[in-house]
Amino acid sequence: MKFQVLTPAQARDVEAIAAQIIPTDDLPGAHEAGVVYFIDQALKTFASESVETYQKGLAELNAMAKEKYPGVKQFADASAEQQHALVQQMSAEAESANLPGGRRPQATKTLNFFPTIWQHTVFGFLVDPSGGGNRDYVGWKVIGRDPAHSFAPPFGFYDKDYPGWQKAMEAEEKK
Amino acid sequence: MSQSKVSYKPSDEVDFVIIGSGAAGGVLAKELSTNGFRVVVLEQGPYLTEADFAHNEIDVVFNHQLTNNSKSQPTTFRKTEQDNAKEQYCVMYGRCVGGSSVHFTANYWRFHEIDFVERSRVGEVPGASLTDWPIHYEDLEPYYTKVEWECGVSGLAGASPFDPPRSKPYPMPPLPVKGSGVIFERASVKLGYHPFPAPMAILSQPRAGRSACVNCGFCLGFGCEVKAKSSSLAAMIPLAEATGRCEIRPNCYVHRIETDKTGRVVGAVYFDAKKSSHLQKAKAVVVCANGAETPRLLLLSKSPQFPDGLANSSGAVGKYLMPNSGAIVFATFDEPLNDYKGFAVSRIFHDFYEMDVKKTGIYGGGGLDARFDLTPITFALGALPPGTPKWGTDFKKALRQNFTRTLEIFCHGTSLAVESNSFSLDPDVKDAWGLPALRMTFRDHPNDLRLANWMKDRALEILDAAGAKTKWSGPIQEQQFAVHLLGTCRMGNDPKTSVINTDHRTHDVKNLFLCDGSSFVTSGRGQPTMTIQALAFRAADQITALAKRGEI
Repeated sequence: MKFQVLTPAQARDVEAIAAQIIPTDDLPGAHEAGVVYFIDQALKTFASESVETYQKGLAELNAMAKEKYPGVKQFADASAEQQHALVQQMSAEAESANLPGGRRPQATKTLNFFPTIWQHTVFGFLVDPSGGGNRDYVGWKVIGRDPAHSFAPPFGFYDKDYPGWQKAMEAEEKK
Repeated sequence: MSQSKVSYKPSDEVDFVIIGSGAAGGVLAKELSTNGFRVVVLEQGPYLTEADFAHNEIDVVFNHQLTNNSKSQPTTFRKTEQDNAKEQYCVMYGRCVGGSSVHFTANYWRFHEIDFVERSRVGEVPGASLTDWPIHYEDLEPYYTKVEWECGVSGLAGASPFDPPRSKPYPMPPLPVKGSGVIFERASVKLGYHPFPAPMAILSQPRAGRSACVNCGFCLGFGCEVKAKSSSLAAMIPLAEATGRCEIRPNCYVHRIETDKTGRVVGAVYFDAKKSSHLQKAKAVVVCANGAETPRLLLLSKSPQFPDGLANSSGAVGKYLMPNSGAIVFATFDEPLNDYKGFAVSRIFHDFYEMDVKKTGIYGGGGLDARFDLTPITFALGALPPGTPKWGTDFKKALRQNFTRTLEIFCHGTSLAVESNSFSLDPDVKDAWGLPALRMTFRDHPNDLRLANWMKDRALEILDAAGAKTKWSGPIQEQQFAVHLLGTCRMGNDPKTSVINTDHRTHDVKNLFLCDGSSFVTSGRGQPTMTIQALAFRAADQITALAKRGEI
């Protein structure tokens, strides 16, 4: 697949950062979910105002990588340990900006690079696949969300033996 | 895309123009057109239907497919009148045909008797403008029943000992219980409370050509793709359009209500999708634009004759904003609840509906519900326990462990009316049409923060009794974000202190009516939409009677 906003080199870095945020272990991670493609598409559409944040953030991260690890040309070329340490440093530096959270929509334009790519990685991992990420529902498989569009009760462990409200109340009265 | 069978020209003087197609506007459109009147509904948002509703959280939650968007309609916030307001997303409402009823949770509690007469019962509350309603529970009871039967509410009559009297049972049984409901019910009973199946404006059985809920799990914040959620869009708008007398006109942003020399309104001026301005003429105007946009529109409609804004001789337009108070408590359990399946809420209790002021020093009251109203992204962004790593293997593990094992207890409560809490026009910030932005001034009455804290502690006790594996809650903070937009054009008998009378007619303008959350005098205990719709059914009867007697 061809990237629309990111250069191939930038895409490699974005892919590597996303893989640090949601790594691949015995279960799929950001890589298998196709997060980098989601982010590239996002930067062309709803997150177009974050393009500059990415350009600047990636440049700074690579400067940091080169300084810290002489011989490393870009973040994606660093070893897993080095990448982890670099993200650690970047996320700590972004701490004052607070990672976005809560149930309220929050504009990303004012966020620093790490909170922005963090939010976009979560988006790309967990969005309904119609939104361009979560390829083959791998993100939902990781968190245990059945991709089906409708469900019938009982839904889980605690409601499977529920006798009905009336009976439950009668049983409580007898106690 | 509009489905209306009739279309009027702006120059046609219709009987009523209704501004806003949400919980109240949808009911009034259906009732007034059914009663033989010619109606145009002007809705600022698009006309979406079931085919447009999807599970894409990016579009719906973050890019405001169904709600107001601060990019084109900025809002500003300040805590007190002395502060400078700053641009901030502080108000969210449904901006589509059906309004906020399209994306709501659908908790459908009736108000209780106390909500209408609290001032008489408890006396004056320092720092608040607590006032009795000019109407009472028994005036609204028939209309609550009407909402349940005509819009479609699932529930079990008589299940709560605290319920007010009702004339009819619910039209259909409660929705199925969820894991969160079972856990909450058992622990609450253990502590001596009285949990019961939540009344919900979601169909538990097929009804009127609409499907029962299929438990898809994208409910709060989303439009219902099978018409099970009893939004105005699913339940009322089709009936209004079927009369052949009602036109729903979407993408029309009303920015002025025009008056003539005699002080009567002549119609509503709106921008169409291309930003051209039109005057839709009407014999009377009914504003149902919500508790933020209704006062804003009156303030935008000032004229030499109405220098402080239309229908604002009292100065009460925009004041006494009550967004409801509350707290959210989270918990995780050992086994999967899979509470992401289904609607949000299945069990609630009302044991704290009327706080004992002498014992606790707290006015008002509230209700607790057990729920899971999160979708995968909103869960990942906001529902992991404090201290959970935000990235890496442990972040991923926490997502995997907790998504299926988390529930919330939502504590809903009173907001006391405070005069300085308000919506007004921002003097500096403009929207994409060049109109003054909505400015919110708000600081919770200290009582409401005490109430929220008190309820939060009760919720944590319930989770202890339930054997929760972990439980947590953020600190109760002063609110800076409102979705329940109540009290800003309050109803009353005295034109000096209120904006509308018991017919929902403005005291100042004979052919101008207001009906939505702005009409409220008190906030109830946190679930306003049922009462907004009951008021709308009642307003339709009052307005119809006035029109038939030639008194408009």
